[in-house]
Amino acid sequence: MLAKRIIPCLDVADGRVKKGVHFVNLKDVGDPVAIAAAYEKQGADELVFLDITATNEKRQTMSSVVEAVSKQVFMPLTVGGGIKNLADMERMLKAGADKTAINSAAVANPALISQGAEWFGSQAVVVAIDVRWDPVAGKYFVYTHGGQQKTDLEAVAWAKKAVELGAGELLITSMDCDGTKDGFDLKLYQTIGRVVNVPIIASGGAGKIQDFVDVFEQTPVTGALAASVFHFKELTIPQVKQMLAKKGVPVRQ
Amino acid sequence: MIAVIDYGAGNVFNVLKACRYLGREAELTADPQKISQADVVLFPGVGAFGAAMTRLKETGLDQVIKSTVANGTPFLGICLGMQLLFDSSTEFGSAAGLGLIPGQVVRIPDDDGQRIVPQVGWNQNELSRPESIFKSIDQQYTYFVHSYYAKCADEYIVSTVDYGVAVPAIVQKDNVYGFQFHPEKSGQVGLKLLQTFFEKAVKA
Repeated sequence: MLAKRIIPCLDVADGRVKKGVHFVNLKDVGDPVAIAAAYEKQGADELVFLDITATNEKRQTMSSVVEAVSKQVFMPLTVGGGIKNLADMERMLKAGADKTAINSAAVANPALISQGAEWFGSQAVVVAIDVRWDPVAGKYFVYTHGGQQKTDLEAVAWAKKAVELGAGELLITSMDCDGTKDGFDLKLYQTIGRVVNVPIIASGGAGKIQDFVDVFEQTPVTGALAASVFHFKELTIPQVKQMLAKKGVPVRQ
Repeated sequence: MIAVIDYGAGNVFNVLKACRYLGREAELTADPQKISQADVVLFPGVGAFGAAMTRLKETGLDQVIKSTVANGTPFLGICLGMQLLFDSSTEFGSAAGLGLIPGQVVRIPDDDGQRIVPQVGWNQNELSRPESIFKSIDQQYTYFVHSYYAKCADEYIVSTVDYGVAVPAIVQKDNVYGFQFHPEKSGQVGLKLLQTFFEKAVKA
């Protein structure tokens, strides 16, 4: 059976892995290759690298990070953060990324999804969607630019459209849950899972082992992403996977 | 020398990196002479079946592949490269493949939205041919990304994974091998399979 995926997310700035809380008080954690190798050893199923500098002059640095990691670590690598066009996607894929995550650029120019799928295959195009619940409208809305800009896009409809355009996977972050460590937004993934038929990665809210159990038992997502719980060593991947296996959730151990 | 066939398909660089990590000399090439003289040939790739076949025919690489295989060179197709080994595919209508292994490539049925297509992630192999050089695959997880899968006779199937349908993960006919998964993305298990191929799949 296909295993559910546990995916650590690494923030990269200036060629180094950083960690902080809500992008502030960034501390240097170390060399991306060493950290990626450590996660591979722990049993991570994929890695997501997020370029948090995301300015044009830093692009070259990011592709050399991907290049260095892909020479030593043989697992799927997704790169996101500031990818704007086909040239950015190509640079990352050539450097060794397997997938590129596009977010703000896909909202600004939805054709980028179909062009990316046509050029590189759907499997290389992950559409990342940052979502916040609007209690007044009673809907989830899409945010861009690192969560700073609210759009008029309704999240469920946008997810559906992104898949129609050729997204091979969706990485959906609940901004409401992100950083709370109160668990994933189960309702969000249930709702979007009903309207799309591609793999969904849940992101935002992981705090304890039960959160991973809940998201896999109660929603159709096939991957769960987490950053701080793994970076700060509050949880290890083997701990999470052992519990999932015990609960009957298929995992690779 | 390992020849990695360059036919403009994506995702070939990580296969090269895996070879080099294993200390093997590997070259990305479209040169017929280099391909036919290689000790082993890798044929990776992701993308669309029909477009890939068109490129192989335009460049004449389809004939180079057929004669290299006929010479007994161990030949390993990876992902799309494996699918191209078969007779045909139903992807975007219908397209003829290389015809090196009898069988057809068809879309994974989504069962009216009940099954997620593509299959993306790690799945566990069941070995069906214990005499295979790849017998170490049994019960091991490898990484898959695909929407189509091969339908062929049991005699060519070395291992399968369960995705609601039995998906052939490793196939073999004589010196022609295929991995539906990505060995270069399957951690230590994948590296070991490549190592085994380089060591044990010797020219007939």
